[in-house]
Amino acid sequence: MRNAPNPEIEAEWIRRILAGERHLFHQLIRPCERAIYFLLYSLLRNEAEAEDVAQETAIKVYRHLHLFRGDSQFRTWVLSIARNEGLGRLRKKVNLREDSLDALTDAEAGDFTPAILTSWREIPAEALEQRELGELLRQAIDGLPEIYRNVVLLRDIEEMGVRETAAALGIAEGAVKVRLHRARALLQRALAARLKKFAPRGRKLFGCAR
Amino acid sequence: MRIDCKHVWQHISAYIDGEVDAALRAEIDQHLETCEICSAVLDSTRNVVVLVADNRVFELPAGFGRRLHDRLEKELETAGP
Repeated sequence: MRNAPNPEIEAEWIRRILAGERHLFHQLIRPCERAIYFLLYSLLRNEAEAEDVAQETAIKVYRHLHLFRGDSQFRTWVLSIARNEGLGRLRKKVNLREDSLDALTDAEAGDFTPAILTSWREIPAEALEQRELGELLRQAIDGLPEIYRNVVLLRDIEEMGVRETAAALGIAEGAVKVRLHRARALLQRALAARLKKFAPRGRKLFGCAR
Repeated sequence: MRIDCKHVWQHISAYIDGEVDAALRAEIDQHLETCEICSAVLDSTRNVVVLVADNRVFELPAGFGRRLHDRLEKELETAGP
């Protein structure tokens, strides 16, 4: 897991911060920063707003640190605060009724059949040196419905476990698995044909001058 | 009993995450040996999962950490938790 937090060290830092060593909060929050930002980005789809709400989340976490009970992981607690802050911003922004935000449910019909291929050449991670590939992947994720996008961001991008993802999003573990499966199927379908051009084809792709 | 392609697709994500039980895994593996389509679907899905997880795809905006900690520092200076 990326930036895997250590609960014992976190508990010790929280105790010391509450006892007056405020500067330790910088260290405490650092491993959560990426997940906070990308969860908010998934919700708001706007970099500047995601950053602004990420800062507000960090401040809120600091102000409410005495309320953290340690019955969940610290990062899980932080992410549920981030999600609430993000939803609050979204409601203000679009003036949506609360229940319409999660309108799409797991029962929603959808076609999750993968793109059928007869052969596949693996795209090596080095191909990400080309900006175009990263852009294609980001667009495909941006294009997912929100309930799938946030699961992909936490599970596949932040590499969080099923249980932690479920707790952070306030959904059942089974829903995390179903949504992740559907999200990956949608991504495979959206990307398979377009990724082919990034497959290595000998000298033609990698031997050419940049 | 041999499982069909649709059955394999239903379990692809769990298969990639190593969350299918041994019996189902064996059935899927057997199917994959002879089914070119499912092999390609599995490989492409796994490849997509690996690519999106790469740090280069989703990067924090430049200066994000600095701005966050500057704002936090102001908060820390003025108020206790």
